[in-house]
Amino acid sequence: MATHAGGLTAAPPRTVRVERLVRGFGDRTVLHGLDLEIADGEFVALLGRSGSGKSTLLRALAGLDRDVAGSGTVLVPENSSVVFQDARLLPWQRVLPNVVLGLRGPDADARGRAALAEVGLAGRERAWPNELSGGEQQRVALARSLVTEPELLLADEPFGALDALTRIRMHGLLRELCARHRPAVLLVTHDVDEAIALADRVLLIDGGRIAVDQSIELPAPRSHRQPAFLGYRESLLEALGVQEAGR
Amino acid sequence: MSVLTPAKPETRPGMPEPARRRRRLGPGRPIPFGAAIGPLLLLALWTVGSATGWIDSRTLSAPWTVVTTAGDLIADGRLQDNLAVSARRAALGLVIGTVIGVVLAVVSGLSRWGEAVVDGPVQIKRGIPALALVPLLILWLGIGEQMKVTTITLGVLVPVYIHTHNGLRGIDSRYVELGESLRLRPSVFLRRIVLPGALPGFLLGMRFAVVAAWLALVVVEQINSTSGIGYMMDLAREYGQTDVIIVGLVLYGILGLLSDGAVRLVQRRALSWRRTLAD
Repeated sequence: MATHAGGLTAAPPRTVRVERLVRGFGDRTVLHGLDLEIADGEFVALLGRSGSGKSTLLRALAGLDRDVAGSGTVLVPENSSVVFQDARLLPWQRVLPNVVLGLRGPDADARGRAALAEVGLAGRERAWPNELSGGEQQRVALARSLVTEPELLLADEPFGALDALTRIRMHGLLRELCARHRPAVLLVTHDVDEAIALADRVLLIDGGRIAVDQSIELPAPRSHRQPAFLGYRESLLEALGVQEAGR
Repeated sequence: MSVLTPAKPETRPGMPEPARRRRRLGPGRPIPFGAAIGPLLLLALWTVGSATGWIDSRTLSAPWTVVTTAGDLIADGRLQDNLAVSARRAALGLVIGTVIGVVLAVVSGLSRWGEAVVDGPVQIKRGIPALALVPLLILWLGIGEQMKVTTITLGVLVPVYIHTHNGLRGIDSRYVELGESLRLRPSVFLRRIVLPGALPGFLLGMRFAVVAAWLALVVVEQINSTSGIGYMMDLAREYGQTDVIIVGLVLYGILGLLSDGAVRLVQRRALSWRRTLAD
């Protein structure tokens, strides 16, 4: 990819580049030569039916699919981090050591405290993970992912296990954190509203390829009541093959 | 809307108690000093039996005879000296055995080759009692301290290895994935995920190991020994001193109980993050 310094036509710098990605389990091929690019600081949401390969793609980007057969090019920054669906905190470590697990250096604890304060958990450094609510645990997981200042944040249905109210609060928090740290984000989700509310671009994976690539242009704060929001929603649901009742 | 009033207990025919409390399924609240109740009961039985003449003093000396004998043994210094020698042997064997057991468990738990090489021999050793190995160890190492500590070490190593290895293999693979996603260095992975994850297993192994150390001690001290509690007991057998034998047995019992209690204390403190049926 050639880039022109200062040129108007220069392509924006890419954080992620995936070309002709093939992944399969046994006889079943899940990804058929998938291509994907994510720009610096871009927030991309990935939708798809269950079993469509959303998580397979995310795990390929995270380098967690060593035992999976496949081919293709995956270029991701060295400094990327993953948020799992379960908070995946070490139960035998208190909150702060969990946050700074991947950090090195003498200022690790100070950075960990700052990250906890950012997710609204200042003062809970010495709590045990199982003393926290599900939403709080997921916020600790977010702090752990962002404390390394990643260039790429990979999130695999991070709010899937939370109740609806907590989820809305977490959306606000994630948007805020991403605006401040500007990582490129790939958010895997099955929730169309979540994708439209958060992402700059929504991708839909189908048949092992990116079937829909939809930029979302909505003024902030985004809301379900915006007519354009409903428009995106309808077209994405249609692409997913969902008929809404009462229409 | 009506004002909420506390619901009256409803009585229906056929229901004996209106507000019966729900049956709890856990074992309930801990009893204070519960661990002492069983041994104290045993002691009471022994005392009553001796006092009523139901237990012959030639078969089993009365508790008060044992106490006075223990007093005499302490007065002439035999008890302390022998205990010191025994404790040193047990401690040495325990420390060496624990270190070797943990290292072997980590090697065998983290690498397939390690498992292939290490696991078989340890399982074979598991099937051979310490007593059966003593003749060979005497031929190899003589009848000195080396042989005694080696026997204890071998007895300790097995439970530490088995339970640590089991705990380590039981660590949730999701945590391994987390370590990979955070690109942890192997040393950090070992220290922060593997060892704490295997700690519950390791501590269970330690509970077996401390008892195994005292058991192995009995074996080695009653064979060709010139010091230690076992030797003291063996000598007493030759002179028919039941009371001295009982002092030795009680001492073994107390030592075993104390060391098990110490491990349980560590267990409770180190595993305070766990919520289990026992809490």
